[in-house]
Amino acid sequence: MRMMVLADEDKDGITLTEKQRKARRARSIAIGLGLAALVIIFYIATIAKFGPAILDRAL
Amino acid sequence: MTSIDPPNAAPKPAMPAEWRDFFALTKPRVMTLVIFTGLCGLLAAPERINAFLGFAAILCIAIGAGGAAALNQWWEADIDAGMKRTSKRPLPSGRMGRTQARDFGIMLSAASVGIMGLAIGWLAAAILAVSIVYYAVLYTIWLKPRTPQNIVIGGGAGAFPPMIGWVAATGEITAMPVLLFAIIFMWTPPHFWALALFKAGDYGRAGIPMMPNVAGEASTRRQIFAYSVVVAAVGVAPWVLGFSSAAYGASAAALGAGFVWYAWRVLNQADEDRVMKPAKALFAYSIVYLFGIFAAYLADAVVLRALVA
Repeated sequence: MRMMVLADEDKDGITLTEKQRKARRARSIAIGLGLAALVIIFYIATIAKFGPAILDRAL
Repeated sequence: MTSIDPPNAAPKPAMPAEWRDFFALTKPRVMTLVIFTGLCGLLAAPERINAFLGFAAILCIAIGAGGAAALNQWWEADIDAGMKRTSKRPLPSGRMGRTQARDFGIMLSAASVGIMGLAIGWLAAAILAVSIVYYAVLYTIWLKPRTPQNIVIGGGAGAFPPMIGWVAATGEITAMPVLLFAIIFMWTPPHFWALALFKAGDYGRAGIPMMPNVAGEASTRRQIFAYSVVVAAVGVAPWVLGFSSAAYGASAAALGAGFVWYAWRVLNQADEDRVMKPAKALFAYSIVYLFGIFAAYLADAVVLRALVA
């Protein structure tokens, strides 16, 4: 029932053209790649900054 | 002006912009010069930095410059719309909303300063933050629409990258990065006034008080020449002060002589000359000069270091 209500609401929303849909997808991919790059940068920068000392911790 | 809302202008777009528009918002062509001078500062510094951290530092400088450029375009969308040179940008052409550009600029600026601070050091991050505020607020919002000295003072914003690169590697500010700052600072007025001479109509229509519109072309040409002599002198200063070799000094002197020669031609440009080939030639040469002088300094620093080692 709720699903149907949501579907009805969607009909009232903005309908994207094919070009807009492609633009949105390309943007989403760019944001995803940006976030992935950020994770990699923090990961490698942490190792580079601390060096082997990063493994030297009490267990 | 009592609020921080930009002047109205750009039409509201129907849909979020494409990634290419966000990329264009970062002024990639200007960024190449920022990256190059930042890299020169980083590599010429007397202390070595881990290769990846060095890469991260340059990335932060580039992202910070991109964020400042986005904030500049957020504020100036109405001015850009009135100028032929800038009317195709994402905001004036209606491909992107102002809020998107502002948020994108703030996000890039904050991310660049944050990553620089955490990964490299907070002194470099602080200078990066100052350079972004300098460009987006001091230059774009305050100086540019108010005074013909806008790019004289505002030129400082573009002069920070080599200093940030140097500080990222060494963690301290010394005389040499200040000299690198001074070279770009003194280079900016003749570079932009050469452009303003042959784009005076554009700036006039947009209501920007550039020097040719306010003081006249003859006065601008004299000031271009005066600044060019100072640029040439500051360019050889690293050799005179003993920070680099005679090889650099000779390269800087030759490049500086070229700068003064092109400025001399602008000084003698006829009042009725509307094609303004000398001004266009100086503008083109000024870009070659900046690449050349920083490349010469970097090569000199690397060779000297190799000889000492």
